[in-house]
Amino acid sequence: MRSLRLAAVLLAVFTGSLALALAQGDSRHSGYQDMGPALRKMQDDDTANPAMLFVQSGEALWSQKAGAAGKSCADCHQHATVSMKGVAARYPAVAGETGEPVDLEGRINLCRTNHQQAPALATESDELLGLSAYVALQSRGQPIAPPNDVQLAALRAKGAEIFRQRQGQLNLSCANCHDDNPGKKLAGATIPQGHPTGYPIYRLEWQALGSLKRRLRNCVVGTRAEAWPFDAAEYLALESYLMERARGMAMDAPGVRP
Amino acid sequence: MANVLVNAPRTAKKGQVVEIKALIMHVMETGYRPGTNGRIIPRNIIQDFTATWNGREIFRMRMSPAIAANPFVSFSAVASESGIIAFRWSGDAGFVAEHQVAITVT
Repeated sequence: MRSLRLAAVLLAVFTGSLALALAQGDSRHSGYQDMGPALRKMQDDDTANPAMLFVQSGEALWSQKAGAAGKSCADCHQHATVSMKGVAARYPAVAGETGEPVDLEGRINLCRTNHQQAPALATESDELLGLSAYVALQSRGQPIAPPNDVQLAALRAKGAEIFRQRQGQLNLSCANCHDDNPGKKLAGATIPQGHPTGYPIYRLEWQALGSLKRRLRNCVVGTRAEAWPFDAAEYLALESYLMERARGMAMDAPGVRP
Repeated sequence: MANVLVNAPRTAKKGQVVEIKALIMHVMETGYRPGTNGRIIPRNIIQDFTATWNGREIFRMRMSPAIAANPFVSFSAVASESGIIAFRWSGDAGFVAEHQVAITVT
């Protein structure tokens, strides 16, 4: 009996330390952790984080009626604080209407065109970024949880392939920096691990809010490759792969990044 | 009106130094950049930011084209009396934005 109890204690200690080791073994972290204390403070303070200005616009748009249907987002989804919790952490996902994968911005525009019967919002417009920032804010602290979908699996595989594909005059792949050399310096900047936890982000260099797509374009141009057009399927594939790669990590949107 | 985020304490002790932070959405276009058509984009900046406490000016800032978009200003003031802290931003193309917060000083 005593030895049984001892075994139980030992087992408990073992599983406990195993869980700890697993937690420690996960060396993934958000780009937030690569920033200095001043920028972290800027992101943490909702009255200092400039992305919150766009969130204000998004919140106003949420309850503003639009299109021939005369409906607002709130007419279907009610309070975003309830209905949109964890939603941004699940995209890209397969849209019910089309059966095709879309990212969060694409989902918002599907709602615009189908349910509101309004024209789609322009890519990287203040309106679209504002809405996606407002929706993403509701997932703050939620774990990234991409859906298990066969269609998405194929897309992720494609994204993983692009991630490892060398390209551009500098002949670099995404993985060369973000898998092989995170934490090291690229000129004055720390190379982040490249997890999409904080999108849309307020990037100080842009002096504006921007989507993950814009960030990806930026990197592609940085390798001196020709960026894919904004509607190219490559972005969706990369976004899907990156979300899978960051599965379980906490969202910290809308982020501030240098 | 432009989106504004102000962070000021609601209450303070008399004589206490309080920190006041104000953030506003504005492009702060320098007037030096060419647009996609090759022509210079006209300057569009906030030129002046003032804060008043019950009508008395406590902070004024003159802004220049070198200041980044969505300017964030932080300053401190001595809490003297209860009342209204009012903020006013004005600039090119008739830009005006106003915001105010109430503070109770005990």
